[in-house]
Amino acid sequence: MDIKSPEFKQSARIALQDANLQKALGNLKAGFPGKRAAAVARVPEFEELRDQAHDLKNHILEHLDLYLEEFEARVVENGGQVHWCSTSEDARQTILQICREQNAKTVTKGKSMVTEEINLNEFLEENDIRPVETDLGEYILQLRGDHPSHIIAPAIHLNLEDVSEAFHEHHKRPKSDDPAELMAEAREMLRKQFVAADVGITGANFLVAETGSTLIVTNEGNGDLTQTLPKTHIVVSSIEKVVPTLEDMSLFLRLLARSATGQEYSVYNTLSSGNRRPDDQDGPENFHVVLVDNGRSDMVGTQFQDMLRCIRCSACMNHCPVYGSVGGHSYGWVYPGPMGSVLTPQMIGIEKAGLLPNASTFCGKCEEVCPVRIPLPKLMRHWREKEYEKHLSPKAVRWGLSGWAFLATRPRLYRLFSSSASKVMRMLGGGKGKVTKLPLAAGWTDHRDMPTPTGKTFMQQWDERQKQEKQP
Amino acid sequence: MSDTHTPPIKVGLFVTCLADMFRPEVAFATVKLLEQAGFLVDVPKAQTCCGQPAFNSGDNESTRKIARQTIEAFDGYRYVIGPSGSCIGMLHHYPELFADDDPWKARAEDLKARAFEITSFLVDEVDFSGIQSDFKGKITYHDSCSGLRELGIKQQPRQLLSEIDGLELNEMQEAETCCGFGGTFCVKYADISNRMVSNKTGFAADSGADTLVGGDLGCLLNMAGKLKREGREMEVRHVVELLAGMTDSAAIGDADYDLGQEL
Ligand code: SF4
Repeated sequence: MDIKSPEFKQSARIALQDANLQKALGNLKAGFPGKRAAAVARVPEFEELRDQAHDLKNHILEHLDLYLEEFEARVVENGGQVHWCSTSEDARQTILQICREQNAKTVTKGKSMVTEEINLNEFLEENDIRPVETDLGEYILQLRGDHPSHIIAPAIHLNLEDVSEAFHEHHKRPKSDDPAELMAEAREMLRKQFVAADVGITGANFLVAETGSTLIVTNEGNGDLTQTLPKTHIVVSSIEKVVPTLEDMSLFLRLLARSATGQEYSVYNTLSSGNRRPDDQDGPENFHVVLVDNGRSDMVGTQFQDMLRCIRCSACMNHCPVYGSVGGHSYGWVYPGPMGSVLTPQMIGIEKAGLLPNASTFCGKCEEVCPVRIPLPKLMRHWREKEYEKHLSPKAVRWGLSGWAFLATRPRLYRLFSSSASKVMRMLGGGKGKVTKLPLAAGWTDHRDMPTPTGKTFMQQWDERQKQEKQP
Repeated sequence: MSDTHTPPIKVGLFVTCLADMFRPEVAFATVKLLEQAGFLVDVPKAQTCCGQPAFNSGDNESTRKIARQTIEAFDGYRYVIGPSGSCIGMLHHYPELFADDDPWKARAEDLKARAFEITSFLVDEVDFSGIQSDFKGKITYHDSCSGLRELGIKQQPRQLLSEIDGLELNEMQEAETCCGFGGTFCVKYADISNRMVSNKTGFAADSGADTLVGGDLGCLLNMAGKLKREGREMEVRHVVELLAGMTDSAAIGDADYDLGQEL
């Protein structure tokens, strides 16, 4: 996927004027937050669960190597294989090799953001292997040559008409705008693919160290067909998904769906534990887990380690007023919203992603809803520190800031400055209480009036008051 | 609070740069409320800004300088009170700026323990219930983000406002959603900020209130500026103006005063 993060501002401007997108975003805002709030209200101990999940994730991150090794040992015991990949390229090559060994022509895919991160689909196509997305949202996007704009609802930026259009064009059927009919149509198309696939690729929500199992949660059951029908199942997962035990996993499951969609649980929670055994009814003959690092282990032990607690629930973006205004594509890479604004600079570099951690008012709503209590605003601010240290912030900003800091650290001068600035602004206001144009603050006055000071500064007035009181 | 036998406790007023420059009434109203609660109010001259613009731009060195200056300016006051959840919230961030073995860290912690936003101070710390205000009207309340999420300010201003007989509170939809101000955000990401503030003024107007009230001048200037541009009638005021019964002067962004006299 091309990196468009440096164009964040332009993309945002276009997104704000895109009526279709705005309609879709309206649906998102009207849906997820309310459902989450209701689901959370039904669990009196929800806040304690968040604390537990926070602590447990921290413990896991302290011992990440141990749990991953234990996970690997159990997978191998179950007859599977684990592939350690430090870069996207390693991961792509590993997956390609497994596919080639199976002579694969078609692979079915469950929904997975990590495969977006490593740009797997494009790579497979270049190597004459046809990836077929089986999650309904992802399937629609694939037909349209589009990318996810949300980590759990990938096609949230589309409306029914867009889907109807895409199906009509690609399925060569009469056009329908009945959701049930469209669903049936997709199901019919996908059934054939499930059966034809040589390899099934899924992501993982959790990797369980004690059993060597991987877990995916879905609402459509497409993941089950993707992983049980083909002879080979490849799980692509990032390393921080590991949890010690099944019981630990259940703690995260209690938080995940509630934070995401407001469901108690997702409809399907599917565990995969190695190759098919002789008396199993189904399951793959070959079970592979591709562990993707891609910069994550570099975050351990740094001020960004907290980000690795993320369980990809999407609550932060569902509640983010910036995401809600501009949608996921504006962020210009795989991960949007607040979690993306922290993760993307790590993966593509702060030089390219600098606009993302700046695109926040630090309203703190994301942190308020994050089930594992990631201090997202603080982490975004750490990226701004990096930017400042590396002299990447725009020159005008740096100059403005240092001029202001010069004054702010000299109280007398500061008071002199503020009283003259107040006077100038009052003159510009001309008694109307506001100005409609301010040369240095066009960003403000393009959209709103600027209220002007109502009189001398407080410090001036206070001084005068003190002097008067002292007079006999 | 104070009785006749003990001298009143001295509090330091953290004016905040926006109140200082744009709306001195807000600082005077804060002084009045503190005096009504029995405190002696002092305004340390060595204060400027809380340092938030530097902090949120990643310039920790400048922030530290400003933090040290503020810590020194407010040394010795039992309480440090300001009319802004955002600026007082910034004072609460000061300890993060210093290493554990830096002596400034302990001083920053000490300031943090003494620093309060005015409405939460009056309710949570001194249990004040002597509001004297003859304000009349229907208001709606915007919960500014820093106050709400960093300092837990939600019911305190509402509790104080409920003591005003002539006041009716009509809660708006999404009172807790950010207004899009965000300091430099509103200029750097002007289009997004504009969308956010438009959503906010829409909700405020739909509430049926005639005055929009909040506890942070940054947000209030932003929303007032938008309401004016949209040509809406709604007035905007800081909560302390209502609580102190100081609503005679023009609302934020409204005209009234005699320019010649003021200059
Ligand atoms: S950062 Fe928190 S809220 Fe956002 S996706 Fe990750 S776990 Fe969910």
